[in-house]
Amino acid sequence: MSLNVSNLTVHHGAICAVNQVSLAVPTGKLAAIIGSNGAGKTTLLRALSGLNKPTSGVVNWNGQTITGTKPEKLVRLGISHVSEGKSVVADLTVKENLELGAIWRKNGKEMKESVNQVVDIFPRLGERINQRSDTLSGGERQMLAIGRAIMSKPKLLLLDEPSLGLAPLVVEQIFQTIRDLTNELRLTVLLVEQNAMGALQIADLGIVLNLGKVVAVNHAQALMDDPAVRAAYLGY
Amino acid sequence: MQLLNTLLIGITAGSIYALMAIAFVLVWRSTRVVNFAQAGMALLSTYFGYEAVSRIGSFWVALPVAMIGGAIFAALVELILMRMLVKHASSGPIAGVAPIIATLGLLGVIRAVISMIWGGQDLRIVAPISNNGFTINGSTLVFSPLKLLILVVVVILLILLSVLFQKTNLGLALRASAHAPEIARLSGVRVDAVRTLGWALAGAAGAVAGLFQTVNGNGNFSPDSIEFSLLLVSGFIAAVIGGLDSLLGAVLGGLFLGISISFVLIYVSSGLFFIAPFVILLVVLFVRPQGIIGVKAGRRA
Repeated sequence: MSLNVSNLTVHHGAICAVNQVSLAVPTGKLAAIIGSNGAGKTTLLRALSGLNKPTSGVVNWNGQTITGTKPEKLVRLGISHVSEGKSVVADLTVKENLELGAIWRKNGKEMKESVNQVVDIFPRLGERINQRSDTLSGGERQMLAIGRAIMSKPKLLLLDEPSLGLAPLVVEQIFQTIRDLTNELRLTVLLVEQNAMGALQIADLGIVLNLGKVVAVNHAQALMDDPAVRAAYLGY
Repeated sequence: MQLLNTLLIGITAGSIYALMAIAFVLVWRSTRVVNFAQAGMALLSTYFGYEAVSRIGSFWVALPVAMIGGAIFAALVELILMRMLVKHASSGPIAGVAPIIATLGLLGVIRAVISMIWGGQDLRIVAPISNNGFTINGSTLVFSPLKLLILVVVVILLILLSVLFQKTNLGLALRASAHAPEIARLSGVRVDAVRTLGWALAGAAGAVAGLFQTVNGNGNFSPDSIEFSLLLVSGFIAAVIGGLDSLLGAVLGGLFLGISISFVLIYVSSGLFFIAPFVILLVVLFVRPQGIIGVKAGRRA
């Protein structure tokens, strides 16, 4: 169940946002993709989940080529994407958002169990289960977005900036939860983050992206110890 | 008695407008297009219903035939015409308006094709029960068994629709696709198919509105029926009054419009027949441009 990307290139009009990116995430590992604004992190993730069409290159998931496959099909292959900016449907309740995550499985009983499972992970969502999701705090919304993704029983989880706009204490909680979920649900995770320090601390593997290119790949700890990475992305 | 009468007539007409408004809202929510061809589709569905009545003789067969025919036709329009337009006019100033202008063109095409097939003369569908008013204490109301029946059928359809939207996975997919298509796709919803379904539901709702508008009038209809122009205008205005994005808003908008027009016609002047809906629209747009049930509540299904 590993993810292999080779020579992936994605354009936004004339701009090359992702340039010949190759990377591999082994099963059960959490890989953090760090880099500054405009490095191509979000575009890379959107190309992996089928939201953006790549210009060239190959994405292979679990031995299967999935380049350019539509997101609604990828979900059925165990790939779940939490897009940038607390991706919940504001007009739906917490419960409905969660049910949406499992909607393609169409099994009422299984859906109930999955909702209970997510509520066990995020008890706060249980307290607000019948509220409209736009009444939630930023942290709760991020929990809901991740919870919705978990509802589809993914094997590969793509997370885009889950820490964006959250208070430091909440960021810490979210990162810890992502690490715990990776272990407990045996997920393979690709985590895109501007908060490089926080992401590398929970990651197994670190990938540095700059101007659409991979400029460094290493164990997360080794990257944190790398003086160049420290100076450029960790700020010390 | 006059007051009750006015109210009941307004509610009946309003319930038909509400169905038409629901058709507008369903299409708007699924593809962000104001479908001016909706009246043409309702008219075509009425012809489907007419064919069923003239072969089988029962209005109760005509109703589902018109609904299914209307749904299939609307789904085809979305599948063939709308998708092609969105594909070919994806950028530039035309992109936003092309589908809407196309629906106006389609309205003309549908009317022309109907004239070619069925001719331009009046056809007639007879109401399933009497449209002679109830008599209470010796005075006769305009409110009739037929109007009561229309009201009951519309209420049943509204209940079914609300169950569909609030209680089923399909409804959840329809709502998620309307408000956040990208998240819906990431959750595994086939948004394209859901869009087509939205159009199909609109086609069915419009078909019922068309049949009821016909039998609630004098039963006559033709490609140039004034009844259908009125239905188009009233349904659209009701949808706008309701905020265009909300099914509940569409129902309230329809009832509000129906009752208002009824009071204006009976208490002010029946000569205001064609002006009243527009004046009511303007007043609502001035006072509450976000629709009568507001932005926040208005975005609920």
